[in-house]
Amino acid sequence: MTSITVTINGTAYEGDVEPRTLLSDFIRHDCGLTGTHVGCEHGVCGACTVQLDGEPIRSCLMLAVQTNGRSLTTVEGLARDGELHPLQAAFRECHATQCGFCTPGFLMSIEPALRSGASLEEPAIRELLAGNLCRCTGYRGIVEAVELVLRDP
Amino acid sequence: MKPPPFEYAAPETLDEALELLAGEDAKALAGGQSLVPLLNFRFARPRLLVDLNGLAGLDGIRVDNGTLFLGALVRQAELERSAVAEGWPLLHQAIRFVGHQQTRTRGTVGGSVVHADPAAELPCVLATLDARFHVRSRRGARVLSAAELFVGPLFTSIEPDELLVEIEVPAPPADARSAFVEYARTHGDFALAGVALLESSQETRIGVLGVAPTPVVVASLDEIEFPDDYLRALVHELLRSVA
Repeated sequence: MTSITVTINGTAYEGDVEPRTLLSDFIRHDCGLTGTHVGCEHGVCGACTVQLDGEPIRSCLMLAVQTNGRSLTTVEGLARDGELHPLQAAFRECHATQCGFCTPGFLMSIEPALRSGASLEEPAIRELLAGNLCRCTGYRGIVEAVELVLRDP
Repeated sequence: MKPPPFEYAAPETLDEALELLAGEDAKALAGGQSLVPLLNFRFARPRLLVDLNGLAGLDGIRVDNGTLFLGALVRQAELERSAVAEGWPLLHQAIRFVGHQQTRTRGTVGGSVVHADPAAELPCVLATLDARFHVRSRRGARVLSAAELFVGPLFTSIEPDELLVEIEVPAPPADARSAFVEYARTHGDFALAGVALLESSQETRIGVLGVAPTPVVVASLDEIEFPDDYLRALVHELLRSVA
């Protein structure tokens, strides 16, 4: 077991992990942050997407030991003081969640693009979303939510 | 879907990493976007994982005397953002087809090369650009061409104790134009086939992925023995769309 300290959403979490412990499992089981969902566990579905130093990554494809001393953001870090992040509000407005399982991954994948100030048309939005799967196939609402938040941030 | 147990080492110097890789059943971990799925499926069961991410000096992009040198640990996202690589537009044209933004954050250029998936974009465009691959081990150094490096699907001539450290990409001819196109059912999935085109007054180089066990580089598609009529038609259509 290796002792690690990881900053998640501004809070330091300490834990003892085996080298083989996936980051997704460390976040959920050791830190109790169950907003990060685990779908395929081989990097295809995008449900486990979190941000490492602000950039989106698949947390099932990184080992927890590799994040020692690093800084992560999970979906729990989006809302501030009980207020939904504008992207979350747009998801609610556009009915962009159906069962909601894929939602945290979509949010964490889209948010960096909003932060970069990019202006995106629909083909670029669909390319941005291509790394996340929604088994309810609710993509139309998700695309509309991104369009809404870009229009009215 | 959890990795089997393994030992883990995170060396800080290349010499230390090469020493560890010379041990029995050791596997190098770079961005992990191909290796970690294999571990999760338990298709790979190494004794020791040698994490290269703490190594200094393997993550640089530099141009020296007109030649581009890419450190093996350069992240795909970094290449995508890099202005240096714009002198090699084919790299830029292909990089956004490599996985997704979330995998390009971690995935490395060298990792994609040594994984050697016959449908991967980077091996194909690097072969088209006539890149040279610098390999190191405790035993010495070697420089390989794409034809020498890529042996078969997921199979290269790099020995278990060797490490790809740098990729050397010569400048394309001054009047060269280039294009990359692929066909995949979903953007970011492995493509059914793809075509890289590098055309100048001196020569035409066409790189094709997905039709053979390794990337193929030809002057004309007539040189390729296609596995079936569908792929033949698809690749001709892809080339027509960019020619």
